[in-house]
Amino acid sequence: MSFAKPIATTRSATGIPTGRLAIWWVLASEVVIFGGLLGSYVMHRLGHPEWADAAVHTNTWIGAFNTFVLLTSSFTAVLAHEAAHDGEGKQAAKYLMLTIGGALTFLLVKSVEWGIEISHGYTITANGFWAFYYTAAGLHAAHVIAGAVIMAFIARDAWRGRELQRVELIGIYWHFVDVVWIFLFPLLYIAK
Amino acid sequence: MAEAIAHAKHAEAHGHHGPSGILKYVWSTDHKIIAMQYMFTGMLMAVIGGLMAYVFRMQLAFPGISVPGFGVVSPGEYNSLVTNHGSIMIFWVAMPVLIAAFGNFLIPLMIGADDMVFPRINRLSFQVFFVSAVLILASLFVEGGGFGGAWTAYPPLSANAEYNLTALGSTLWLVAVALEFVAFLLGGINFIVTLMNSRAPGMKAYDIPIVCWFIVIAAILFMLSVGPLIAGAVMLLFDQTLGTGFYDPTRGGDPVLWQHLFWFFGHPEVYVVMLPAFGIVVEIIATFARKKLFGYKLVLYTAVITGVLSFFVWAHHQFVAGIDPRMANIFTVTTLMISVPVAELCFVIIATLYGGSITLSTPMLWALAFMAEFLIGGVTGIFLGASGADIYFHDTYFVLAHFHYTFFPIAIIGTFAGITYWFPKMFGKMMNETLGKIHFWGTVIPFNVIFIPLFVLGAAGQHRRIYNYQHFPDLAGPEFQRLRIIATVALLVMLVFQLVFFANFFLSLRRKEKAPRNPWRANTLEWTTESPPPHGNWPPDEMPEVYRGPYEYSFPGRDDDYWPQNEPA
Repeated sequence: MSFAKPIATTRSATGIPTGRLAIWWVLASEVVIFGGLLGSYVMHRLGHPEWADAAVHTNTWIGAFNTFVLLTSSFTAVLAHEAAHDGEGKQAAKYLMLTIGGALTFLLVKSVEWGIEISHGYTITANGFWAFYYTAAGLHAAHVIAGAVIMAFIARDAWRGRELQRVELIGIYWHFVDVVWIFLFPLLYIAK
Repeated sequence: MAEAIAHAKHAEAHGHHGPSGILKYVWSTDHKIIAMQYMFTGMLMAVIGGLMAYVFRMQLAFPGISVPGFGVVSPGEYNSLVTNHGSIMIFWVAMPVLIAAFGNFLIPLMIGADDMVFPRINRLSFQVFFVSAVLILASLFVEGGGFGGAWTAYPPLSANAEYNLTALGSTLWLVAVALEFVAFLLGGINFIVTLMNSRAPGMKAYDIPIVCWFIVIAAILFMLSVGPLIAGAVMLLFDQTLGTGFYDPTRGGDPVLWQHLFWFFGHPEVYVVMLPAFGIVVEIIATFARKKLFGYKLVLYTAVITGVLSFFVWAHHQFVAGIDPRMANIFTVTTLMISVPVAELCFVIIATLYGGSITLSTPMLWALAFMAEFLIGGVTGIFLGASGADIYFHDTYFVLAHFHYTFFPIAIIGTFAGITYWFPKMFGKMMNETLGKIHFWGTVIPFNVIFIPLFVLGAAGQHRRIYNYQHFPDLAGPEFQRLRIIATVALLVMLVFQLVFFANFFLSLRRKEKAPRNPWRANTLEWTTESPPPHGNWPPDEMPEVYRGPYEYSFPGRDDDYWPQNEPA
């Protein structure tokens, strides 16, 4: 379906392009969602020192590997932005596909990790720590999936040379997903 | 010129290739049509919520009676009715009508834009909202009945099906509320970005009509307060369906956590719905007093301060939940502080009225009634904000009457003010003034007769959420029952008078003569286009430009007592 943008979308009273302005507001709303969840977790964790016994069973090396994967995928997202900035849609699409590859690797590792943990009996109902562990990482994983799906559409458009400004926008979102993980990794894996 | 070309393409895409017939209205991305979708859905939900009140008020006044049209009310049904009455009136009436309908209709028109910045996200927002409305209604008819654990949904009652006995109903309720939040996040970001970026050339920050500012401040408040509750709702959903123990103290959880997450959203939410209603009232007061709004910047900053403070008052809902008394002191102070900016808004409106040339038209009556009734709601809130008095009043009908004196002016009086004022612009016809005034008095007088007795009952110790007071010897006396009957009869009168509104609404739509462009001789941009505005709001080569603020009424030395924003000096 063809869709022509209204005049409203093309105006910029603030000097910031509409899409970029919107994506920052999206991030603001996401910050409070994760902020509420992680704030609740930290308060509970402080009140329950015994949760450290459960946290011992998380695998810091797998978490570290996934951190590395996500950071690398953010790097390719930056490369995609640079390519789009120079008007090279096909190049941008390739870098976006690499970023999606990072997302898939992250999710694959995550599923294996969860599979091992669940087979050891550490399910979401095992205790308070595991409930927060699966909820926080699960909410983050949902964001990884959503970001990767949207990125696929943007990569398709970029390949055809359309809507190149969106490459930057999905990049901003992807960095946010990355930053959330930077908070989750120490809170769930390193703090034993 | 670039704008004109973009617009021509726009018109082409919609005029020749868009869907036709009824689909044109269902799949439209036009902000005015989406506003109407929100408004009519909200009105339908308001009728449902009002009829729920009719059923449970009948049970309270005449316990055990077979309510006409419903039958005998069982205790479970009673709980479900009061819970869903509250949920529907706030999430499916106040939010969609005040923010989504008026925001969608007014923001692009008042800032001189042709649409929202993201028309398709706007449509998606309504579609998600519509699904949530269907889910909340469906939850009433599933096995076990609708959720009955109050609109605040405190665990463990809301988390454990063995306590609430509505396994499916409570999960559907929670999912419906969560989807409603998603819809308003999508819509809210659209509003904020549209106001920031898409203003007409020449419109500076202090030239924006107050109602647009207030709706956008409300959208920001909503966005920043609802996040923790979304996280909390996921946790509650897992407690309900997966068997986690986030809110179960025997398994390392904490039920008070939900109260914090809920009220961290729930209190700012009061201001989320209050600000748009206040904004509507400000527009109407300035227009019908033919005076410049007193202290434009003061009003704006006051609203911002109210919004900031509203994030620091939530625990006044939890004074009896076992929170630290030192914390209760802090929240008492912040709660009493927030009454200062709200009082300031009231004084500003009085100052605007002072010395004005006032016309008591129907919209003006609604606007003035908003001030009078909201004042009672605000003043009674002082008692509840002070922890000492609140421990006595908590969970009584005093609280119930208090928040109905805030929410009724906001959601009902504010909405009627807005509809009667912008009806000519929305539908291109004038409303009937006589029917409008009959409806006004037939709504406002019974409203007071419903809720003043409930203040008395609450002060006498009548607790909320009780199915039948005849089971409580202290509350069963005839002097109490008489007050309950008065309130119920007044509700019936008020509901009947709403028929006058619907008659006026539909008869006015069928009128022959068209409304003029600017029937109230108002300054803001929406009055410079046709009634109703065409798709795109203005012809693409005649998009308005702005030269002054929105409230230049009775400017000294001018022949006209108004000075439209788009008129070159």
